[in-house]
Amino acid sequence: MDETEIRRLAVGHVLSILAVVFSLFVPPLLLDEFSILGTHLTWLCFCSVCVIAVNILLLVTFKPNPSTKRSSLSSKVNKLYRSCLYFFASCLLFHGIIVLYGAPLVESVGETFLFAVLLSSFTTSRSLCFLGPNFHAWVRVFSKDGAMSVWDHSLQITTICTVVGAWLGAFPIPLDWDRPWQVWPISCSLGASFGYIASLLLAPFWIYWNRKRLTYKRR
Amino acid sequence: MPYITQLIQKGTTHSFIAKATAPTVTMPRIKALMTGTIPGFIDIVMNLNSHELQEDNLLWQAKQSRKRIFFYGDDTWIKLFPKHFVEYDGTTSFFVSDFTEVDNNVTRHLDYVLKRNDWDMLVLHYLGLDHIGHLTGPHSHLIGPKLYEMDIVLKKIHSALLLKDEDSAPNLIVVCGDHGMSEVGSHGGSSDEEVQTPLVLISSAFQNKAGPFTVPEMIQQTDLAPTLALGLGLPISRSSLGKFITAVVEQKTMREQLRFFHLNGHQLCMLLKENLETYEKDDGLEQFKKAEKQHGNWIKLYLEGNTSEVLTNLGRKVLKQYLEALIKLSSSLSKQVAEYDIYSMTVGAIITLEIFFLLLLSVPNALSNKAEFDLPLATPLFSLFFYLTCLLLAAVHVIVCTSTENACFFCSMSWLLAMGIMVLISALLCIILSLLGKMVLQLKPSNEVTHSSMQTWSELDILLLVGTLGHVISMGASSFIEEEHQTWYFLVSTLCLALSQEMCRKYFLIKKGNLSGSAAFSEAEEEYAYVNEIYDAHKKELQEEKLPILSRFIKSNEKWIALSSPGLILICCRLLRPLNQTGVQWIHRPDFGHWLTSSEHKAELSFLVAVCLIMIFILIQGKCSLVSKVALMFGLLGIYCYRAAIGHVLYPWQQNTNEITKGITEARFVYIFVLGILVTGIKDLLTSHFLNTNSKAKAVGLWEIYSGLILLAALLFRPHNLVVLVFCLIIQLILTTFIWKILKFDAAEIAIMHYWFGQAFFFFQGNSNTISTVDISAGFVGLDNYVEYPAIFLTIFVTYSGPLLWTMHMLYYLSAETNWNSTAVAHGCYCYAIIRSLPVTVYILLVTALRYHLFIWSVFSPKLLYEVIHHVISAIVCALFIAVDKNQLTKSEG
Ligand SMILES: [Zn+2]
Ligand SMILES: [Zn+2]
Repeated sequence: MDETEIRRLAVGHVLSILAVVFSLFVPPLLLDEFSILGTHLTWLCFCSVCVIAVNILLLVTFKPNPSTKRSSLSSKVNKLYRSCLYFFASCLLFHGIIVLYGAPLVESVGETFLFAVLLSSFTTSRSLCFLGPNFHAWVRVFSKDGAMSVWDHSLQITTICTVVGAWLGAFPIPLDWDRPWQVWPISCSLGASFGYIASLLLAPFWIYWNRKRLTYKRR
Repeated sequence: MPYITQLIQKGTTHSFIAKATAPTVTMPRIKALMTGTIPGFIDIVMNLNSHELQEDNLLWQAKQSRKRIFFYGDDTWIKLFPKHFVEYDGTTSFFVSDFTEVDNNVTRHLDYVLKRNDWDMLVLHYLGLDHIGHLTGPHSHLIGPKLYEMDIVLKKIHSALLLKDEDSAPNLIVVCGDHGMSEVGSHGGSSDEEVQTPLVLISSAFQNKAGPFTVPEMIQQTDLAPTLALGLGLPISRSSLGKFITAVVEQKTMREQLRFFHLNGHQLCMLLKENLETYEKDDGLEQFKKAEKQHGNWIKLYLEGNTSEVLTNLGRKVLKQYLEALIKLSSSLSKQVAEYDIYSMTVGAIITLEIFFLLLLSVPNALSNKAEFDLPLATPLFSLFFYLTCLLLAAVHVIVCTSTENACFFCSMSWLLAMGIMVLISALLCIILSLLGKMVLQLKPSNEVTHSSMQTWSELDILLLVGTLGHVISMGASSFIEEEHQTWYFLVSTLCLALSQEMCRKYFLIKKGNLSGSAAFSEAEEEYAYVNEIYDAHKKELQEEKLPILSRFIKSNEKWIALSSPGLILICCRLLRPLNQTGVQWIHRPDFGHWLTSSEHKAELSFLVAVCLIMIFILIQGKCSLVSKVALMFGLLGIYCYRAAIGHVLYPWQQNTNEITKGITEARFVYIFVLGILVTGIKDLLTSHFLNTNSKAKAVGLWEIYSGLILLAALLFRPHNLVVLVFCLIIQLILTTFIWKILKFDAAEIAIMHYWFGQAFFFFQGNSNTISTVDISAGFVGLDNYVEYPAIFLTIFVTYSGPLLWTMHMLYYLSAETNWNSTAVAHGCYCYAIIRSLPVTVYILLVTALRYHLFIWSVFSPKLLYEVIHHVISAIVCALFIAVDKNQLTKSEG
């Protein structure tokens, strides 16, 4: 595990963080009356789009898991199609899980679904870009010791942190403090974003710190 | 209520909203009304079993001044004031399902009594409205007619008294409620609906102030006692905290008004003097002294015959000063009442802490393969230390108990008992110290072991640990206690997800050692082939194990069923959530349970109940013996008959029925079968114990006990909660047949999972951490009238049936279905004990620390009560565990 790879990873992470920051500061220039709490749904859409765009950019520029085979155009189209399908399926899956966790079934369906989209763009879109629509590669990366490269490790860390952030974000919702950010799904999406950003920041350091152990494991 | 509305509009009345304090149950409220004090929280326990009121109160004062008091209504009054009434007729308040008889019992005396002239006070306590509220909620169609009936009663009284007014001093009618009722038809908590009660004073002595309706003034419930005392010319009772209602005396002369203020203020000052050491510095007292002086000046002027403007102005000023003084005195007194018995609290906290540490310190021992839990015998050094601590504690006891004036609970105990507790404390301390010493000696070799064991922890273990600890920490915040059900629902959902992740790992896992494979891993086909290989190996392994219950279909599709089973559990939990809204914030939301129990949906409810009963039979019967199967069937039939008899459900052949009985025969019929099943279960257990037969008899015995309890719960639950029972059984079935069998958890993990599900089901069945959700009607199933012990037992059983059933299931599962580990029951019992004592210990310390918190009475104390009763139940269950485990040990020896 050479350090140039880690450096490239760090640059990629900074870009991903910039995507979230971008979604915070650019919409006010375009739209009037924009705020995270007030027009939360707009922010959710915008943030998801930014994150996905940056992830695609990363795929094009960094090529994290280069394929050994030369792929034809048709297989590329097929891959793209399957990626979209996977992404949509993961949105639905997240939506289902959130509802099972206690989100209202009928009212505020839009909020729930957009939150699911945000979560998918934080986790699934990243996986799709790094691993491709390859279910078994996913299973490998997300089983305990299956990571093969720094990119896999960063994927593991960001996914876990995002989900845990969203999970922690759900705790204040039932409390009676009457704060604006307690409205569904604001605290959850904020938690997920914080988890995502924090993991992006920390992952390169963690990998750098443990590089000896990780290299050892790989051999 | 047309008559009383008319009266209020016409004048000669005063209406207020009287605010009650936290335990809004009848007995403490009557106390508050009659003594003017704020009763402590323990009174809620005493509510079911009230004793004679010892404090100074209005009725006692009235009796002393030879007033003749008549009473008709709720017999709580008679228990509280047994010798005060000249004539009385009590009605038991515990038959919640009856709401005509109780009131007729009161009204039938009225005609006769109103004609007579030999009484001074008449107390009537009508129960029907409360009962209707409990039974059908505050929006019931029965409320209207009931209020109209009450209105007619009031009209009767009022017109009779108006006739009497002509030849005597004016009479006063006080119409008040002891407590409100929440949206769901219960009371006990401290929501606005529960604490706000109406208070209307009607008397021809009042000024006629007809006019538009104004919003009534807000007063405290305790204010009624001094008002009535002053109105009747009696001394205000000694411990009253109230300040009298000034609006009542508006048209009296200035002299009288001032006199009333002075009396009330004086009484409050005396009370303050008794309770507060630094009473001289109190703001209210100083103001009262000032006002008293001015009052003297006023009287001087008055006696001099001064009738000028000066006099009235001065009078008004004094009045204002008195009023301010009263408000301040009253508020500083009600703060003062929250006085704690620190000494006893410390003793209790120390004992719980010591026991908890003892449990914690023996973790390594108890969870080892031997599962031993031995207490080291004290070495000579420690015995010396033991005597020293004993002496020290005794000295402290003597000093504390002789120095403070107001005796605390611990000092008032007998000396022998107190000494026993001292010995217990010091013995526990010594054992802990010797254990610690042992551990320090063994520290070096054990260090590596703990390190390696930390690494084998899976995510699930971490989740279980973090979840349990997180729940304990969250109890420090009142909002988290109010919405505790959300925490548990959330944790259980997360547990399901973690289980499904574990499941995926089981089926898709790539073993660590084979990763050396190399770069070709990104190729899909190869990975797939590899996964399949592992999976096939696993499948073979499973087939060799032979799963007798699963059919061939399940066997062939086992992978997918197992993978989807956590999801199924999640769906079950999600379906249960909207059944009973609980907590504080969202309890008013319409929920499915209310929709079912409302009278329009009787047919749906009947169908649901029938389906649930059949499902229960199907799910339970598989593991029972033939005798108990038959008993179970009759028991479930009996439950349906009982529900039909009390009018919850309909028989399919009858369209509408108005005869509603108490269903006593039917309920007793079911009780017999419950007892029968329990007895067969115990018999099976005992035979397996004494005759050393195979473990199958024991498993059957435990399952029969479990199913007996389920039958009892099915009888006592509110009808829509049968769904909870069914889902409980389904989830247990899924967990045992798929998840636990495949993933092979150890006893500790299984115990914690049972505990979590038990807690979640506690809230699924509609409980919360406020007193108002306790379903007391369960205490009267099959009983003719209130019998104390069975009623308390049944109520507690129904409240805690969720955790109890899960713990019983754990006992069954660990002792019967896990043949791989002989110490499973001991481990499970130990984990259960430690996991229960952790929240209780922390919570006791927390409550001690937060005893001056604003919500201590409304949030923290009810929760403490719940925790304590739960703790007692788990102690009993643990004893059962140990008994069963003894069986196992003796058998393995023999
Ligand atoms: Zn009552
Ligand atoms: Zn009641």
